[in-house]
Amino acid sequence: MTFIPKPKISHPSLPRNELGLTRREYEGALSTLCAGCGHDSITAGIIEACWGISIRPENLVKLSGIGCSSKTTAYFVSGGHGFNSVHGRMPSIAMGANAANRELYYIGISGDGDSLSIGLGQFCHAIRRNVNMLYIIENNGVYGLTKGQFSASADIGTKAKKGEVNQQPPIDPVLLAMNLGAGFVARSFSGDKAQLVPLIQAGLKYPGFALIDVLSPCVTFNDHEGSTKSYAFTRENYEPVVEADFVPKQREITTEYPEGEATSVLLHDGSRVVLRKLAADYDPTDAHASYDYVQQHIAQGEYLTGLLHCRPTTATEFHALNRTPDQPLNQLPFSALNPGARQLEKLMARYR
Amino acid sequence: MTSTDTSHPDYFHKVVDCQWACPAHTDVPEYIRLIAQGQFTEAYLVNRHSNVFPGILGRVCDRPCEPACRRGRVEEKPVAICRLKRVAADHKDEYRDRLPPVPTQKNGKKIACIGAGCASLTVANDLMPLGYEVTIFEQFATAGGLMRTNIPSFRLPAAVLDEEIGTIVDMGVDLRLGQRIDSLRALLEEGGFDAVFVGSGAPKGKELNIPGRSEAAANVHIGIAWLESIAFEHVQSVGKNVLIIGVGNTAMDCCRSALRLGAQSVKVMARKPRQFFKASEWELEDAEAESVEIVINRSPKSFVLEGGRLKGMMFEVLEYDLDARGRIVAERMTGEEFYPADDVILAIGQENAFPWIERDLGIEFDKWDVPKVDPATFESTRPGVFFGGDAAFGPKNIIWSVEHGHQAAISIHLRCLDKPVTERPPRGMNLQSRKMGMHEWSYANDYSMTERKLVPHVSLKERFKKINIEVELGFTAEQAAEEVQRCLNCDVQTVFEAKLCIECDACIDICPVDCLTMTPAGPEEELRTRLKAPANNVTQALYVSAPLKFTERVMVKDEDVCVHCGLCAERCPTAAWDMQKSWVKWPHAADQTV
Repeated sequence: MTFIPKPKISHPSLPRNELGLTRREYEGALSTLCAGCGHDSITAGIIEACWGISIRPENLVKLSGIGCSSKTTAYFVSGGHGFNSVHGRMPSIAMGANAANRELYYIGISGDGDSLSIGLGQFCHAIRRNVNMLYIIENNGVYGLTKGQFSASADIGTKAKKGEVNQQPPIDPVLLAMNLGAGFVARSFSGDKAQLVPLIQAGLKYPGFALIDVLSPCVTFNDHEGSTKSYAFTRENYEPVVEADFVPKQREITTEYPEGEATSVLLHDGSRVVLRKLAADYDPTDAHASYDYVQQHIAQGEYLTGLLHCRPTTATEFHALNRTPDQPLNQLPFSALNPGARQLEKLMARYR
Repeated sequence: MTSTDTSHPDYFHKVVDCQWACPAHTDVPEYIRLIAQGQFTEAYLVNRHSNVFPGILGRVCDRPCEPACRRGRVEEKPVAICRLKRVAADHKDEYRDRLPPVPTQKNGKKIACIGAGCASLTVANDLMPLGYEVTIFEQFATAGGLMRTNIPSFRLPAAVLDEEIGTIVDMGVDLRLGQRIDSLRALLEEGGFDAVFVGSGAPKGKELNIPGRSEAAANVHIGIAWLESIAFEHVQSVGKNVLIIGVGNTAMDCCRSALRLGAQSVKVMARKPRQFFKASEWELEDAEAESVEIVINRSPKSFVLEGGRLKGMMFEVLEYDLDARGRIVAERMTGEEFYPADDVILAIGQENAFPWIERDLGIEFDKWDVPKVDPATFESTRPGVFFGGDAAFGPKNIIWSVEHGHQAAISIHLRCLDKPVTERPPRGMNLQSRKMGMHEWSYANDYSMTERKLVPHVSLKERFKKINIEVELGFTAEQAAEEVQRCLNCDVQTVFEAKLCIECDACIDICPVDCLTMTPAGPEEELRTRLKAPANNVTQALYVSAPLKFTERVMVKDEDVCVHCGLCAERCPTAAWDMQKSWVKWPHAADQTV
């Protein structure tokens, strides 16, 4: 953190997006996280991404649970809506909010503790229900807020700051999400914004549940030698296999990709996610193939990064599956929201 | 683009735009911080070390520092550097006991200075503490040169001049007032001096030879001579209608003086449009605030007389064509116009004049009949004879003369030590961390959004009552306290240690002005196109680090609009960034290693 707030002054020729806003207008409150925390970089990535695709700040909903990661929703897009929920229960809140208003962008920020320990059940059901949201796990392998105990994502053999070695197998959120049928599964690194920003943009635009597991080193409790989630270890061992570009509807795909290297996934609003495969034997659109590929490489100790799996799941998206009305509830007339006592009587009669 | 060599003394010096732009390299941010802490005497001494006359310059400096000020690029207006200098001068305590002592045992070398203006006084100021015996010859009965004769007392009170000149004279300078040098030969041959410094200024105002000039002589005055006559109270009145020809800073002093001598209508006649005016913007503003009218596109044609007395002037009305870059490509006359005038003041420039220097002394003169002077050593072609101030390269400003004086003093010292004058003492740069704790710095790093403060002036009703009422009142304590916080502390440098960086992006994310980028190395021109924010100001350096250890990328910092808030260093988990005060070592004669 810093002692002074970021000065309001900005670069005099800062670029503006389609709404006429600069990046600075997507910032939030002053971060109180440790200096050098990966989470702050992810926050900066979210700011850049939201600015880049010109999301109206008031159309963004920020949700979180408890933990260092969950504090970060305060640090971006202060003009958005926010809800800081009970530990591990962010998916329920997101589900409810999303059910009530389907026109907003939902971004859930969680950590490896919030999602993989106390909130693991909630996390699984959000995937299963295919809630239309971007779910970011800021994954650092430790409980930073309680001074650095191993979390459920700590790798076997990783060392804690005081020297203990972790023996228990980790829960990998990427494999878990693929297993549960998620249609948008990505892994990235807080120190690689060139990769992270398009992923966030694609995830926000993806109609359905989008997961990005972001390796985000804990600079205070997990950035030492022997840690498998330090800046140094991640830099050495992460390997991008699929690069994603988000191409908005208005823009044509102008970049030329060599034959067989790129494939694109069309989103409901006409925008596209272009996937560039960096490994020839990898098909990120095939659910089974990508699961196997990622699992094999984890066994070899490699962090594959990029948009590891992407396929359209529009048909099973929560609102489609439940045939909810097209409008948000706050736009429906009172009579439609509350059909009255007589209709209730009728309904009740069916269960008698 | 290879990694930036920040050990070169110029790199960090250039980042301190004001200090780089100041001919005397005054450590501006340092004295502004001292003012902020209420240490006015210390602030005065920091100034005096470089510019010798803080009280004078705090009122009348041409302030090359202010257009350069980084604050002017971040927002609209630069820090009021010049007027803060005056704050230090106005509120200082006794300081003379803190100046370098002047030895009673002299070194046996005698130096003559011609003209008691700012250049000669600076030479004396630098050489007296080294044991030299300095004699200054001055034609008038008072010291100060053009500072006293040409700058009206309503801008620069005599008391301020007396005090700062007195400090130097009281070092034991042999000041010979009323003693005009009419022959350099006589001085060189009979004076017994080891070196002579010519600081006689550019005392000759330019003439305007158009019809009617000689007939109207009684009411046509040369600007600088006229101002001099006012200073010595030889002129105490002027006609009702006054025309000033020319639109430089002398013209501004002339028109404002005319108002104080009783003129009712004063017009400044300019040949070209406003963007070509030579006067500083603030001097124009001050004159216009006093209802002086500035008439553009008028070229003097003739003086018009009636009954042998000046009645007015005829002007050609001009029109200009400008190109895309605003330069004049064509001019034409569209008519003529008459302006009535009782007195006309010519303020169209001034020149050096050296009728008193014999041309066979080994001092070469160039085709414009001015002596050839080395721009680094200030020595003429005759060893031991030096020139400085306006006498060296024509009219400039006080602050330039001061720096000429410093450099000439170094040369004189070298000459007297029998060392080559071209071997200048080395420049240097020291850095000192400002870190006090986790997130604490020994400077106020928070950005103040305050806008530039305006110096209060004496009311228009009061100021014309006497010619020597100083118009500017100086900042109030409250204004000064806010204005000092506008300084960005550009001298507290962002110093980067590439080998400590873990490439976490924290500094890049927090930088309020987006001046940092981590990117693959490349040539500067191309590198400028892929930074986080546009880096179009090529006059400002790009800092490029050594390759970073994980990715071989480089850290690039565009110095242009960095506000030196230190957040990069606060957010850095490994202290790869640090905030360090740069001390520019700009040598003076006393720094010469003997």
